[in-house]
Amino acid sequence: MSPDAFAVQFLNGLASASTLFLIAVGLSLIFGVTRIVNFAHGSFYMLGIFVAYSLVTRIGDSPFGFWVSMLLAALVVAIVGLLVELVLLRRIYQAPELFQLLATFAVVLIVRDATLAIWGPEDLLGPRAPGLKGSVDILGRQFPTYDLVLICIGPAVLAALWFVLTRTRFGVLIRAATQDRDMVGALGVNQAWLFSGVFALGAFLAALGGALQLPREPANLGIDLVAIGEAFVVVVVGGMGSIPGAFLAAFIIAEIKAMCFAIGQTTLFGVSFSFSKLTLVVEFLVMAAVLIWRPWGLMGRPGAATRNAAEIEVPLKPADARTRKLGWVVLIALVLLPLVGTAFPYTIVLSIDILVAVLFATSLHFIMGPGGMHSFGHAAYFGLGAYGAGLLVKQLGWPMEGALAAAPVAAAVGALIFGWFCVRLSGVYLAMLTLAFAQIVWSIAFQWDELTGGSNGIVGLWPAEWLSEKWAYYYLTLTLTVAGVLLLWRVLLAPFGYALRAGRDSPLRADAIGIDVFHTQWMGFVLAGAVCGVAGGLFAFSKGSIAPEAISVGRSIDGLVMVLLGGIQTLSGPVVGAALFTWLQDLIAREFQYWRAALGFTILVLVLAFPLGVAGSIKRLFVKEVA
Amino acid sequence: MSLLEVRGLSKAFGGVRAVANVTFEVNAGELLALIGPNGAGKSTCFNMLNGQLTPDAGAIAFEGQSITGMKPRQVWRRGVGRTFQITATFSSMTVRENVQVALLSHHGRLKSLFTRACDQFVDEANALLERVGMRPQAERPCSVLAYGDLKRLELAVALANKPRLLLMDEPTAGMAPKERIALMALAADIVRTDNIGVLFTEHDMDVVFAHASRMIVLNRGELIAAGAPAAVRADPEVQRIYLGSRH
Amino acid sequence: MIKPFPALFPAVCALALSIGLIGSAAGQAKPIRIGEINSYKAQPAFLDPYKKGMDLAVEEVNAAGGINGRKIEMVIRDDGGNPGDAVRVAEELVSREKVDLLAGGFLSHIGLALTDFSKQKKVFFMASEPLTDKIVWQNGNKYTFRLRASTYMQAAMLVPEAAKMKKKRWAMVYPNYEYGQSAVATFKEQLKKAQPDVEFVGEQAPPLGRIDAGPVVQALADSKPDAIFNVLFGADLARFVREGNTRGLFKGREVVSLLTGEPEYIDPLKDETPEGWLVTGYPWYGIDTPEHKSFFIAYHKKYSDYPRLGSVVGYTTIKALAAGLKKANSTDTEKMITAFRGLAFESPFGKVTFRAQDHQSTMGAYVGRTTLRGGKGEMKDYKYYDGAKYFPSDDEVRKMRPAN
Repeated sequence: MSPDAFAVQFLNGLASASTLFLIAVGLSLIFGVTRIVNFAHGSFYMLGIFVAYSLVTRIGDSPFGFWVSMLLAALVVAIVGLLVELVLLRRIYQAPELFQLLATFAVVLIVRDATLAIWGPEDLLGPRAPGLKGSVDILGRQFPTYDLVLICIGPAVLAALWFVLTRTRFGVLIRAATQDRDMVGALGVNQAWLFSGVFALGAFLAALGGALQLPREPANLGIDLVAIGEAFVVVVVGGMGSIPGAFLAAFIIAEIKAMCFAIGQTTLFGVSFSFSKLTLVVEFLVMAAVLIWRPWGLMGRPGAATRNAAEIEVPLKPADARTRKLGWVVLIALVLLPLVGTAFPYTIVLSIDILVAVLFATSLHFIMGPGGMHSFGHAAYFGLGAYGAGLLVKQLGWPMEGALAAAPVAAAVGALIFGWFCVRLSGVYLAMLTLAFAQIVWSIAFQWDELTGGSNGIVGLWPAEWLSEKWAYYYLTLTLTVAGVLLLWRVLLAPFGYALRAGRDSPLRADAIGIDVFHTQWMGFVLAGAVCGVAGGLFAFSKGSIAPEAISVGRSIDGLVMVLLGGIQTLSGPVVGAALFTWLQDLIAREFQYWRAALGFTILVLVLAFPLGVAGSIKRLFVKEVA
Repeated sequence: MSLLEVRGLSKAFGGVRAVANVTFEVNAGELLALIGPNGAGKSTCFNMLNGQLTPDAGAIAFEGQSITGMKPRQVWRRGVGRTFQITATFSSMTVRENVQVALLSHHGRLKSLFTRACDQFVDEANALLERVGMRPQAERPCSVLAYGDLKRLELAVALANKPRLLLMDEPTAGMAPKERIALMALAADIVRTDNIGVLFTEHDMDVVFAHASRMIVLNRGELIAAGAPAAVRADPEVQRIYLGSRH
Repeated sequence: MIKPFPALFPAVCALALSIGLIGSAAGQAKPIRIGEINSYKAQPAFLDPYKKGMDLAVEEVNAAGGINGRKIEMVIRDDGGNPGDAVRVAEELVSREKVDLLAGGFLSHIGLALTDFSKQKKVFFMASEPLTDKIVWQNGNKYTFRLRASTYMQAAMLVPEAAKMKKKRWAMVYPNYEYGQSAVATFKEQLKKAQPDVEFVGEQAPPLGRIDAGPVVQALADSKPDAIFNVLFGADLARFVREGNTRGLFKGREVVSLLTGEPEYIDPLKDETPEGWLVTGYPWYGIDTPEHKSFFIAYHKKYSDYPRLGSVVGYTTIKALAAGLKKANSTDTEKMITAFRGLAFESPFGKVTFRAQDHQSTMGAYVGRTTLRGGKGEMKDYKYYDGAKYFPSDDEVRKMRPAN
């Protein structure tokens, strides 16, 4: 490869970096000020490109019209963002940590279907930018003129933001709030106004990033998730809340990707390998490396503790007589289910899925709630359990029972390794490192055709003969799920669980009374991973197959949604949340054509009606204040 | 042999000397006050004693054995209890459970996965709470306690491992005058009955002179005076840089 | 389709079943229930037209009196784009809705999961759209039939023309997952056979849906190929084409491209459509066989829109099922399998047969060159390639396909 080729690839990287920066910077601002993990950011990006398409095809014939369309598109989406903040998020700032994430997840679902309804299913390729349609000769290669403009827009936006942040009152407040939110309140500034402003500004930037892509790619459904994934990585690698950090991270990631393509097919150690395949996961490799080396990102600072506005959870208590009675009733009903199930055979099928989800969500809750470690990559352990079991059956010819028993081991080994790195971090950085590991596991499953079946996964994983009847498999699932859930609950009420919560509540005090917080959290991580692996194994054999989706971001997010929907501060929260979410998804997907939007609206209603989660809020009604 | 011997303790942050060559001792049965103006290095000194910070130079020996550079949890296992300037308690637990966790830790039972934690060491926890006057509030969630009560709870937690030395960082900060006196009287009582040593930092000179058996004064990281309260009070250097600056 | 209370029907059915009333009611009038599973909301661009084609065919079949007197009734489910949910709705369709057979599938891994499900549960499954070769070969089973021309067939159709180009240096670009990989593998292998002196000089495999077109295009150009084989589709294709046009990648180079002539993928390119690519596709505007004409007119009349390839696949799926069910004269799974083996039926593309040896249909595709006409992309000089001619030898198939 010639130096000229590398030089031009470097320019390509710069153009991509500008785009990445625009998507990411708004997310960083929003998180810095409001501490909201805004999943809807990718949706704003997607809306930006669709709105820009509509405007440009109407008024974008002249250069003036084109650039006005870009800004107008961003403005329109900024108003949408403002509405989301005013109508929705404002009502739930008092909810427990991360709860707002649920609301933004619902927004993602609704925006996706709204976009489909408004713009239709077909990809919409916009016209080229007037005046910038051609290319210029650089080192004997034709380089798109528009890309040169893009290369300049990134730094221009960075400069503009720098100006706003350092020279305006609004900017000073944003910076102050990024460092200490409560201080701003104490200074007599209207926090609500500041939050709305920042949210709208973030949406504006995301939409601008989207709109500017119009001459380069078609407006299409699906870029929302692509954008949000990349944006999170850039923000975290740069350091949450750091705008120059986001710029630097965007630059690094875009350049590494460009170089992977530049290197292309190479022979390494006698093996021919296409570096372009690495781009599937390269940003997550970068993120993992950065977080291990610098736990707060390249330019981030050890974050001020996220002071949570929500009430602190009430102490966990062993179940009282009434709760126990309720538990028995539920359990007996579940045991009797197959008897009525012959009349409603699908009930059993759905119940198996629900039980698997319950086990998955409960294991996630174990580390997220009492453990205080928000995992955005819990699917990794689900996938390791599922693939572990699947591979033992397919590659080594193990019987299904043995493979299922090995599922938690496979997951625990993964958790042991990943946990060792993750537990050192905290907050969103921990969350993103778990996500990075999950993505790495996913990409291995996705790429390693010979072993894992690649994107097609492994098929032919059916239960053993004696479990082949649905009711038999149901009882197996019920037994393991109930055992797993009770085990985790028992552990939480045991001294180990107290040590875990002690480490979350006050690492300082925990350390000062002889608790090895790192070790405790690490072991908690491993235990949760093992139980999650059981869920994965059960899933694989109930479906007869396992594909990389089982480890995908989507599954991790489903887990978060279940836990938050049920209530993170309640032991029964994940159980209720998982059952409700799985059941709703099944029901709504069947009954509604626009089922994503319907599911989104349902979640919004639940979010607004039960700000402590469904189980949490119901419990609040029955349990009198202890104080 | 003194309970705690500190020799030549030093710590610098980015070239700024926070604590420089500090040497002192704490004996069993005494309340030693560590005073000094803001930024004198009291907290840095404290945090080195219990292992939160690693000293750049110097040695710390507890009961004749070096604890220099140990982690906080190791220092605690040796028998050194600690309270914090800003209270650090487990807000998702009840008052008693806070003490139970410390007791479980002391008895090496925290790795247990299946026994029920809230049934263990109930009597011991109650006794400790009784001692600091928190027994009536044992069932309350820690998150609803008044600040003074939190301080007392911290004291109960710090006593759970039957420490021979207690480090109390600003134990009465943020408390009403009446509460301050009560808390320090409680500390003095513990020193007397258990024959332990207490090292505490304090801003309020009334509290210091009322309760300290001995005091040491830090200024700009250096130890400038040590001795009985009356003697230290009379020291012109102390008056100039410390007491003088207060008015 | 007359279906007054679609939502109530399953409930009534279940109720009736549970009280044991139904048995005697089952007579000739009982409709044949087809359970259809697809990623409708994940892949709307292909599956919206697909569903329209399917609805049209159901209407036609029922208007013509159904199958041996029985109407057909569709029970359609969205699989949410993942195999786990797909298997669950398959179970639902079989156990609760009591469908007689399953059909559908778009994404390869979902198609495979359903293929395996049909084997495990001994349910008849018509894989309409998923392209992976494994559905009929490595993971094939006796319960599964596949309608559409597979990855292998489509890649193989392009090889003879590609070899005629006499280009020595070839570069490949494909989405990084099984479809892209196997298409490239087949193409390389076959081209090498047809033209032994061929050289493969570059390979770019960007992630599906996330191509970074600038670097990919430049890297391809820098490998200085004489010709390019492309497997990208959808949004990736549009990015690639625009970037390639701007950077002059296609100037003086032959491009052979899979699926690009399908309206789903060429229409969004509009005036960006490259000239002269050799592609497989569906030139609906110029097929004047009577079979296609009648399909086209009926479709246009019902929807005031032109059909996409998805429409053809959806329509043909139902027509194929109708033909097979008529022949079987039963919804017994074994009888259906026997009937479908070697079944010949009419499609908008002409006569198609389900091969007995691997259950793959011989439905072909149109191969031609892309061109720009009136600001829109179209195919020119196209010809229908009968799928029957683009298979590995029966021996090879037998080696790949498990016996059952």
